[in-house]
Amino acid sequence: MKHVNAVIVGAGAAGGIVAKELSTAGLTVVMLERGKWYTAHDCRKDDLRNQRTTVLGNAFGPDDDGNPRVAVDAKGTIRTILPSEGGYNNNAACVGGGTLSYGAQAWRYMPQDFRMRSTYGAPEGSSLEDWPISYDELEPFYDKAEYEIGISGDYSGTPFKGPRKRDLPMPPLPPNREFGILEPAAKRLGLHPFHLPMARNSIPYNGRGPCMRCRWCCGFACEVDAKNGSQNTVIPIALASGNCELRTECMAAWILTDDRGRARGVTYIDASGRWQEQSSDIVVVAGCATESARLLLNSKSKLFPNGLGNRYDQVGRHLQGHHYTGAIGYFDFDTYDDLGPGASIAVTDYNHGTPGLCGGGMLANEFIRLPIHMIDRVPKETPRWGLPHKQAMRAWHKRSIVIMGPTQQIPTAAARVTVDPAVRDKWGLPVVRFEGNVHPHTFEIGETQSKRAEAWLKEAGAIHTSAMASHPTLVNAGQHQAGTCRMGDDPHGSVVDKHCQIHDVDNVFVIDGSVHVTNGGFNPALTIMAVAYYASDALVRNWKGTKFRS
Amino acid sequence: MFNRREFVSATALAGAALGASSTGCRRTTYGVLKADDAATLTAICDQIIPADEFPSASQAGVLTFIDLQLMGPYRRHQKTYRDGLKQANDWSRSRFGIDLAQASAQQQFEIVSALEKDNKPFFDLVRAHTMQGYYGNPRHGGNRDAVSWRMLGLDEPPLRGRAQYDLTAGTKR
Repeated sequence: MKHVNAVIVGAGAAGGIVAKELSTAGLTVVMLERGKWYTAHDCRKDDLRNQRTTVLGNAFGPDDDGNPRVAVDAKGTIRTILPSEGGYNNNAACVGGGTLSYGAQAWRYMPQDFRMRSTYGAPEGSSLEDWPISYDELEPFYDKAEYEIGISGDYSGTPFKGPRKRDLPMPPLPPNREFGILEPAAKRLGLHPFHLPMARNSIPYNGRGPCMRCRWCCGFACEVDAKNGSQNTVIPIALASGNCELRTECMAAWILTDDRGRARGVTYIDASGRWQEQSSDIVVVAGCATESARLLLNSKSKLFPNGLGNRYDQVGRHLQGHHYTGAIGYFDFDTYDDLGPGASIAVTDYNHGTPGLCGGGMLANEFIRLPIHMIDRVPKETPRWGLPHKQAMRAWHKRSIVIMGPTQQIPTAAARVTVDPAVRDKWGLPVVRFEGNVHPHTFEIGETQSKRAEAWLKEAGAIHTSAMASHPTLVNAGQHQAGTCRMGDDPHGSVVDKHCQIHDVDNVFVIDGSVHVTNGGFNPALTIMAVAYYASDALVRNWKGTKFRS
Repeated sequence: MFNRREFVSATALAGAALGASSTGCRRTTYGVLKADDAATLTAICDQIIPADEFPSASQAGVLTFIDLQLMGPYRRHQKTYRDGLKQANDWSRSRFGIDLAQASAQQQFEIVSALEKDNKPFFDLVRAHTMQGYYGNPRHGGNRDAVSWRMLGLDEPPLRGRAQYDLTAGTKR
């Protein structure tokens, strides 16, 4: 197989951007993606089989057959988990990764989110740290992501944000009914509500039309291709450069190293089940926090007996997602107007600055609730079945609002991804094994956030509210998974440096949510994208000088 | 004179009424469920979602949904169903001397309540699947004619773009 400059493992939010930046700079690139390439035509609007509700399987991967994971709880009980089950912490497996079917909230983190330890100090038992880069260093790349991917929204209503050089490229979608109900209430409470940023066309942009405001958004591929992910923005540019080849249904098994300890390519299994080797000058791992860690841990050799980049036992640690909490409010008037995507209004007043709490989170109204989502969201005192439940469904589906948000999670070294010693996937590779749980301070923040959501709903006229806060006993990663290959200046406490180059091997990079030191109180997609632009920029500049040959 | 929205709503209601009355086309043979298991399951599902002015679970095709999924993604639950349905029917026989399917609504309610208390894993599974079949996408065999969506007052088929507006009045509907 022809030698190339770079192999990128994973065609998701970050992988697609790295492919575009490298290939348009003249490097030859092969992208390996274990899933398929879906298009707008694969939006089946199937509310039982998508990436948000997966009871009948994941629409965009992975498949239930042959892709297990393992979780160990606090009591030491070991359980094998299917991809369609909650504890799997799935994101997606397809071209575009999570960005094909995400809800597409496209947030910038706030400056404090990059300096959590300096701002708050680390709570006991946590591994709270500062990022080695600042918001200001990342700002130009946030801007690039917002314009190249295409973000709509309007930050002008809030003072709680980092400085920005220019506005978003697209105005927000016209407000839905929930926006009209929640905005004046938030203002009465002294909050600063605004149109949240979305990777969704509100006007024609990038050669594609605007959102048609349907009900099936979060969890689905967009029927009219108005939702912007890597699959319809940067990956087509990479392929058009003539320097990038995308190989789908190709599962990376491990990174090959030579006897000098440098990477020389990737071993993978192709769509027809044949084992292949692709040699390259550099390897970029972009498989998301769980799978990137797994690939490094499975890349064992004589020089790297514990896996690549794992000299100080850091790969897989500090696994985070977001602890989602909030509240549902019930109203005596219709709140539902069937205008997608549903989520429309947010406040960032609560992200930082609460005495006694290490951070907080953004609060926003939820994506449209399909009937299937309402089943366990009828008022708590309703019987779980029988006529009263059926009547409650009728009474409240159109008369309820959920406000929730991603509570910033306090990382710990014990919450981690390892590889299971026994369980193998359909290719015979050791699978992801989750250990540890969520730091208790995260729950304290979450409970405060729930109370704030209830207060907002009450002010908006809810006749009854109910907090939504769970206390999961396992790790919490999911679609917002991050942290397993943390970036840092000290090799003893991190896996990659500030440019996403792993400390051990100078021609291997991890560029995805894995490198997040902390995960902000926001949906992480835009930050993953900004970091990908930032790291690609350094990579290309370095390439032009040294080509990473030692 | 109907505008588009009223027309769609009117036809939707007519469809729902038809769906509710057309129990004659209910399936009697299934891929996985044996006839007597299907009868027991019908009794349980119709306790979970009984009929009122809108159809019950079985009338909306929930058994077809469960049966199809037991041959597909829910293959792993086949044994749970076999054992759970047998247990429910045994309880009915020992308590009331008749099969659950023949028991009165009150007796069925008692058995399903007992299941919820004493065989929660099975009950939770059937409850979840019944809800999925009733409120989920009709393509999987349940929610016949999108009857539950209409019950909730959702437009079916969904209205899009310009159709969301009443153009004659120049305002949003």
